[in-house]
Amino acid sequence: MHFHLTEEQKAIQEAVRGTLADSWPIERIHAFADGDADFDRASWDALMALGLGGILLPDSGMGLLDAALACEVAGEAAAAGPLIGQLLAVAAAAASGKANPDALASGEAVATLVHGGSAFVPCARAADIFLVVDRAAGVRLVPAGDGVTIEAVRASDRTRPVSKVAFADGAGEMLFAAADPVTARLADAALVLCAADALGGAQKVTDMSVAYAKEREQFGQPVGRFQALKHQLAHMALDVEPARALVWYAAYAWDAELPDAPRAAAMAKAHLCDVYVRATRAAVAAHGGIGYTWEYGLNYWFRRALFDRAWLGSPSEHRARAADLASW
Amino acid sequence: MDLSYGEAAEAFRAEVRAFLSSHWPPAADLRGADLKAFIRAFRAAATEAGYLYRAVPKRYGGSEQPVDVIKAQVIREEFARARAPMEVGGNGMNMTVPTLLEKGTDEQKELFIRRTVEGDYIWGQGYSEPGSGSDLASVRTKGELSADGSKWIINGQKIWTSQGMQSTHMFMLVRTEPDAPKHDGITYLLIDLNQPGVTRRPIRQMTGEQGDHTFCEFFFDNAETPVSWQVGERGQGWYVSRTTLKHERASIGSADGLGRQFAKLVELAKEVDRIGDPVIRDKLAQIEGFVLSHRYTSFRLFSCAAAGEDPGPVSLMMKLLLTEIGHEMALLAQELIGEHAFTEPAGAGGRGNRGPRGPEKWLDQIMGSLGNSIAGGASNIQRNIIGERGLGLPRDLAMSGER
Repeated sequence: MHFHLTEEQKAIQEAVRGTLADSWPIERIHAFADGDADFDRASWDALMALGLGGILLPDSGMGLLDAALACEVAGEAAAAGPLIGQLLAVAAAAASGKANPDALASGEAVATLVHGGSAFVPCARAADIFLVVDRAAGVRLVPAGDGVTIEAVRASDRTRPVSKVAFADGAGEMLFAAADPVTARLADAALVLCAADALGGAQKVTDMSVAYAKEREQFGQPVGRFQALKHQLAHMALDVEPARALVWYAAYAWDAELPDAPRAAAMAKAHLCDVYVRATRAAVAAHGGIGYTWEYGLNYWFRRALFDRAWLGSPSEHRARAADLASW
Repeated sequence: MDLSYGEAAEAFRAEVRAFLSSHWPPAADLRGADLKAFIRAFRAAATEAGYLYRAVPKRYGGSEQPVDVIKAQVIREEFARARAPMEVGGNGMNMTVPTLLEKGTDEQKELFIRRTVEGDYIWGQGYSEPGSGSDLASVRTKGELSADGSKWIINGQKIWTSQGMQSTHMFMLVRTEPDAPKHDGITYLLIDLNQPGVTRRPIRQMTGEQGDHTFCEFFFDNAETPVSWQVGERGQGWYVSRTTLKHERASIGSADGLGRQFAKLVELAKEVDRIGDPVIRDKLAQIEGFVLSHRYTSFRLFSCAAAGEDPGPVSLMMKLLLTEIGHEMALLAQELIGEHAFTEPAGAGGRGNRGPRGPEKWLDQIMGSLGNSIAGGASNIQRNIIGERGLGLPRDLAMSGER
């Protein structure tokens, strides 16, 4: 029986955390957010140099849980770059036998995830490869340029800007048909990784709020001494910390191919994306005026919470699926 | 991550199963005193085998086993599967025995532990008073030494005692040093409740529940207890009362009760023909997100306990989380039962005699869920604990002068 992180898993998270602290500090986020790019090469290369791209290679000795732990830290750091798409493109290419995953695993080629039916794709202008995962139409790998039309939009999530993308009929290569079980597995994995990003972001804004409450003084006291704020912060923590195990379970169930893995993925995505929205809203409230400014930076996570909630299907959509999957 | 228990645990499971198949169940025609005697003998054999009272020394009737949360879990699972009785429950095993093992005199251990383990002594908790709830250290029930110094004479009132009508004894916090700072003026006493100076009365609850199984209040009018029944030093009772049982407490099934209650809520939605309503399905799945978070976090806590690792602040959150989920379930249940809310359920409160019950039985949960915000550490106190001990926020000014 083991249901907590191993020392090795904690060490991987620390490595990713340290790498992003160096390559993606708040000053870089500010500069990126005001620029036009949808991708940051330096921080991406730093992450890929850690070998994150290969986590979902069949012989890596790791699995979706490890991928989720990396995505959690990326969410915490508000990292730029399509990490979820990259991880899943490697898994899809390797599982299909039709595409070579090496350039993706090394990070040399950049892949982004396209949610079937959605026109909005993060980091589309920088992507070399589009991984289109559509439960109803199967999984495709589409190289950039080949029948791909990209229209830039003013994106609300400034760290993972979306573009509007359209694909010509039959563009790219079909890796898995809709009925192939791998299609649903990849769609489920995307939900788990999105939930992990949300978990990392929600924890980050909770930590920021707690730290600020210890430092900010009013009425001659650190405001965290006041019970009203203390209780708000306790509720943020109560919302976030127990939800961590929901992400772990969903990832574990996927890795172990348990019968409830699809439902666990839906529950994790729905629950964590709601948690993230609540946490970022509560964080702004807990900070007061400084939290409402652009320069403090809370808004980057707030915007990522908007993104995570809307991406890959809303919480209510996945709760409806979870209800169906339980045969209610 | 791996939710299996491992080979050693499975071998142990086979051993427990073999024991149970040769000792349980009793013959179908066993009744009354014979059945009681059978159960008593069964518990004795299970203790002899090392399955029950694992934290209690052999000389006091326990099995004195090394701490092993996985084995303890396997035992719980197999006994539950066989529907075999485990340890006698209640305050005695949860509070009195661990406190005596840590702080009691040899005489107290000899006098009380075995009789408690064997179910002869039932203990009531004498902590809360009408004027002392969350601020427990403000207790005013008074203890004074008799003229010859051999007895404590007790006057005052205690309240919210579970199993109060059945209790044979009480462990209580009594103010013995009125001039000392409040935490240092309390003594922890054991007392025999069957004496003229003690009056008890059941409290009728908001659920309508009443009768001998509810909480009680106790009145002490020159009640007596020997000084040798005082646990720990005079004036140190507050610190004695902080002793808690940690031994093998983590249990992977600690969230099973919540899961079962959620399953009943889904059944209710089917029963009242609302399960097809998208609003209800969404709300159910929303609540289930919390139910599953609680469940998998209980796995996490169990796993950390087995590995001897500190799970961090999340362990401080479980009570409040459980309480909050109970409120959400109550609100949805209230929507689902609709006009059934007009009628009081038979045996209101849930433990009395009752006939057939329809959806109105959820009124027990709807009202009972409020009790969870109060009992065993009120929710606002839980929020303080999470904020201060979990998140490291500065202590409340009202309490920062106190320990």
